[in-house]
Amino acid sequence: MFDIDALMNCFGMASCAVNQLTSGLIIGMLLFLVASGLTLIFGVLNVINFAHGTFYMIGAYFAFSAYLLTESYLLSAFVGALGAGIFGIFFERVLISKVYNQDILMQLLVCYAFILITDDLVKLIWGTDYIAMGIPDEFRLAPFRIFGGYVPPLYAFLILLSLVIGIAIIFLISKTRFGSIVRAAAENAPMVSALGIRVPLYFALLFGLGCALAGVAGALAAPVRSLTPGMGFGILIESFIVTVIGGMGSIPGALVAAIILGLTRSIGSVGFPLFVDGLMFLIMALVLIFKPTGLFVKGSSK
Amino acid sequence: MKLFNHFKNDIIISIASLIFLISIAIFVEHPWPKDFLISIFSFGLLAMSLNMLIGFAGMVSFGHAAFFALGGYAFGLFLQNELFLSNFGQLSIIIAFILSIIITGIYATIIGAICVRLNEIYFAFLTLAFQMFLYSVIVSWVSLTGGDQGLMGGIARPEFLGIDLSNSIHRYIFCSIIFVICILILRILNKSNFGYSLRLIRDNQERAEFLGIRVFRVKLICFVIASMVASVGGIIMTLFTSGAYPEWAFWTQSGEAIFMIMLGGISIFLGPLVGTVLLRLINDVVQMYSSHTELVTGIIIMVVVLGLRKGLVEYLLEKISWSKK
Repeated sequence: MFDIDALMNCFGMASCAVNQLTSGLIIGMLLFLVASGLTLIFGVLNVINFAHGTFYMIGAYFAFSAYLLTESYLLSAFVGALGAGIFGIFFERVLISKVYNQDILMQLLVCYAFILITDDLVKLIWGTDYIAMGIPDEFRLAPFRIFGGYVPPLYAFLILLSLVIGIAIIFLISKTRFGSIVRAAAENAPMVSALGIRVPLYFALLFGLGCALAGVAGALAAPVRSLTPGMGFGILIESFIVTVIGGMGSIPGALVAAIILGLTRSIGSVGFPLFVDGLMFLIMALVLIFKPTGLFVKGSSK
Repeated sequence: MKLFNHFKNDIIISIASLIFLISIAIFVEHPWPKDFLISIFSFGLLAMSLNMLIGFAGMVSFGHAAFFALGGYAFGLFLQNELFLSNFGQLSIIIAFILSIIITGIYATIIGAICVRLNEIYFAFLTLAFQMFLYSVIVSWVSLTGGDQGLMGGIARPEFLGIDLSNSIHRYIFCSIIFVICILILRILNKSNFGYSLRLIRDNQERAEFLGIRVFRVKLICFVIASMVASVGGIIMTLFTSGAYPEWAFWTQSGEAIFMIMLGGISIFLGPLVGTVLLRLINDVVQMYSSHTELVTGIIIMVVVLGLRKGLVEYLLEKISWSKK
């Protein structure tokens, strides 16, 4: 099960280590984008969006179609994010906001039904086969050489862009007017609406923003992963693990936890391929036992 | 004896329904009612045991099908193992049955010990996450479980005590007896002190603590018992299909079980069973007319959840009591 030699060999060679680290960072950063949307929605609305993975899928498929039309990777990523965001606002206004104050059973069922419907719609529109988007033309360049390892420009771009988006989100929530209204509404929504602010509108926008983050992750990941109906569910579970480790509601926590998980995945695939999932769950279980609120949140989750 | 007197009515009803179920096997020759009912026994136990968590104790689990699948897989794997079969001979089925339930119980104790302390939302998501963990183990451990294909090649069903489970009538009667016993156990638990403790925890956990109930322990015991009953459902399904399939561990199975409970209503003891029958019928009808079962099921769920806002059975009962006034 454990192949320590292969692991040591890989880290003995700079090139292999660089390759594993970049692929770990890619996985981690994409996971961070999805998880930051999940944690943002939870932090403000106190709702776990069980259908979050669906918006990842919507983003990827929208981006794929946009790429076929425009042949521009950046534009298609934007379309993916926008599509997922609009769907998210629709989902929030028409469906999930109706069961905010009901027990969690209803929220689970609404999300379950939404996932079933969208998965089947994707099958109807794009077919059931795996779709590969391929590396976009803009990024068909010679890879960078770092310590003998090869880093494709697309990977470097993905890591940087995710980081920029992450910083922008933190800035948006902590420094702007939108951010302060949303944070205030999370604490005391009736008070904020008494000040003449339309709280439901801000909640819907925030929900849409969270979904757009999942969508942009799906769109950015489209060239490096294959598209399939139901692709969102795996990433939902992983991003949930991220939010548990990093702490619900904490975006910096999500960043650190996502990178930990990404590196676990990429390094694990060399040393203990069968145990990668197990290790992720083990980390999560340990965090839950010793610090149930997550590594970056103070207070209690009970 | 005291137990018997206390639950006399329930026991009489159980025996009567068992006689009814068995008479179906004897008087109806067509295989459809038997096959349909066995699938109801199996998924009914999944839904009923899940309702022990959701309805009795207020613990909304989104990963209950994991234990259903674990029971089914363990049972199937034992009965495919030559060594196991040659060691236990005629007793194989009984021992495999007991061992599968015990294994599920141990696994549920570990998962429960991690999850039960947490609040509602965390609990729901964590049980889901652990179910997907089991799913990924089943799918990736191909040499043991057959991966995507499921446990193929059929399972051995050696005869014991004159019961031959390869015979469809014997199998049906065996399953119906197990089913009724499990339902009776759930009923007794529901009406016992343990059941009252669970409802108190559901309604007011702090108060339960002050009254001296060890909340964590009671919840964990509830979680483990519910999981073991779910595993019996999986075992029945494995007996019926002579195999085990990874879809049982997939999250949609848990979603479906939650919807069964919702359809029948969580406040009525046998509600989930009614929900199981309703959902099976809905599935069969939808499959007859459309290949997009998921789309239609999803829309039905949306209509029931957002339109009625309660179980179909509860809704109808309310309508009836209103019209009487």
